[in-house]
Amino acid sequence: MLKRSDWTDQNTELIIANLLRAGVIVSASIVLAGGILFLARHGFSHASYRVFRGEPTDLREFTGIARAALNLHGPGIIQLGLLFLIATPVARVAFAACAFAVERDWLYVGISTFVLIVLLYSLLGSAI
Amino acid sequence: MNNLEFTILVGLGALTAGFLGSLTGLGGGVVLVPFLTLVFKVDIRYAVGASLVSVIATSSGAAAAYLREGFSNIRIGMFLEIATTLGAVFGAFLAAIVSTKAIGVVFGVVLLYSGFLSSRTPSDTADNRPPDPLATRLGMNGTYPSLTGPKNYNVHRVPAGFSLMFGAGALSGLLGIGSGAVKVLAMDHAMGIPFKVSTTTSNFMIGVTAAASAGVYLSRGYIDPGLSMPVMLGVLAGSLLGARVLARTKTKLLRWVFGAVIVALGAEMIYGAFTGKV
Repeated sequence: MLKRSDWTDQNTELIIANLLRAGVIVSASIVLAGGILFLARHGFSHASYRVFRGEPTDLREFTGIARAALNLHGPGIIQLGLLFLIATPVARVAFAACAFAVERDWLYVGISTFVLIVLLYSLLGSAI
Repeated sequence: MNNLEFTILVGLGALTAGFLGSLTGLGGGVVLVPFLTLVFKVDIRYAVGASLVSVIATSSGAAAAYLREGFSNIRIGMFLEIATTLGAVFGAFLAAIVSTKAIGVVFGVVLLYSGFLSSRTPSDTADNRPPDPLATRLGMNGTYPSLTGPKNYNVHRVPAGFSLMFGAGALSGLLGIGSGAVKVLAMDHAMGIPFKVSTTTSNFMIGVTAAASAGVYLSRGYIDPGLSMPVMLGVLAGSLLGARVLARTKTKLLRWVFGAVIVALGAEMIYGAFTGKV
C-alpha cells in the first residue's frame, strides 16, 4: 500500500495521461476497423445527411450497439468504438477519485464522485 | 455523392481543421460544424454529434503531451468540471428543444467571439493579490515550471469562474464544441490563473465536459457512425500532426488567418440561419 507522502498529483496526472492515450488508441482502431467494413460493403451507396432522421434504435443504446458489433455490422462496430471513446474521460474521473482516496483528500474524493455521477447519469440514464 | 467519396472528402476537411486548430490553439471543433453544414449540407444535429465525438478524441489525445510539461492543475480542473458537466447535460437537453435556426445563430456568435479572441495575445502577468479563501480551502493554488524555477500562483474569484464554466458547459452541450475559448476566459480573466496553466487545464476538462453531453446525444440518435468515423479519425490525426510541427513554426500569422476564417464562417452561419440554409 502506498503511503500518502509517496503519492502526488503529478503521479496521478501521468497515469491519467497514459490512460487517456490508451483509450483514444483503442477507440480509434475500433472505429477504423468498423469504417473499413462499412465502406467495403456500402462504399458506393448514396451518402445523405441532409435530412435529419435520427439513428435507428439499435445504434443508440448499449445492447443494440453490442449486438450489431458482434454481428460484424460496420456501423455497429464504429458506434462501439465511439462508446469506448466516450468512456475514456469517464474512466479518468473514476481513476482520479481513487487517486484522491489514496492521498486521503476526502473533499476531492467527494468532488470527483459527484462529477462521475453526472457523467454516469448522462450515459446510463439516457442510453439504456 | 457516394459513401466512399463523402468519407474521403470529409476526412480530409477534418484533418485540415484538426491540424490548424491545434497549430493555432483555437481547436478544430469550432470550424467543423460550419464546414459540415455549409459545405456538405449536413443537418446541424448530425454535424454537432460528430463534432462532439471528435472533441473528446483530441482532448484525450493531446492530454499526454500537455501533462509532460507539468502545467495543468487537476484540482482546479476537477472542481470546475462540476459546473461544466452539469452545464453540458443542460445544454444537450436544450439542443432538443430549440430550433436548428437558433442553434445556427448561437453558433455564429460563438465563432465571431472566438475569432475576436484569436486576435489578442495572451498576457502572462503574475497576479500577486491574495487568493480567494475558497480557493485556499479547495487547495487550488499551485506552482508551474518557468525558466527561473517553479512559480507560485494564486486563484481568485472562484464563484465567478464556476458560473462562467456552467455557461461553457452549456455551450459545449448545445453546439458540440469544446468551448475552449470560454473556459480560458473564465480561468484567465475571472480566476486570474496563468495562461499556460489555464490552457492545459482547459484541454483536460474539455473531454470530460463533452462526454457528459455525448450520452444524451447518442440516445437521441445524433451520433451517426458513417459521418462520425471520418470526422473523428481526421480531426484526431490532424491535431496530433499539428502538435508535432507546433514547435517548429511561427504561429502568429497562421493564428490571424485562421481567426479570419472563423469570423467569416461565423457571419456565414448567422446569414445561413436567417435564410434557412442551416
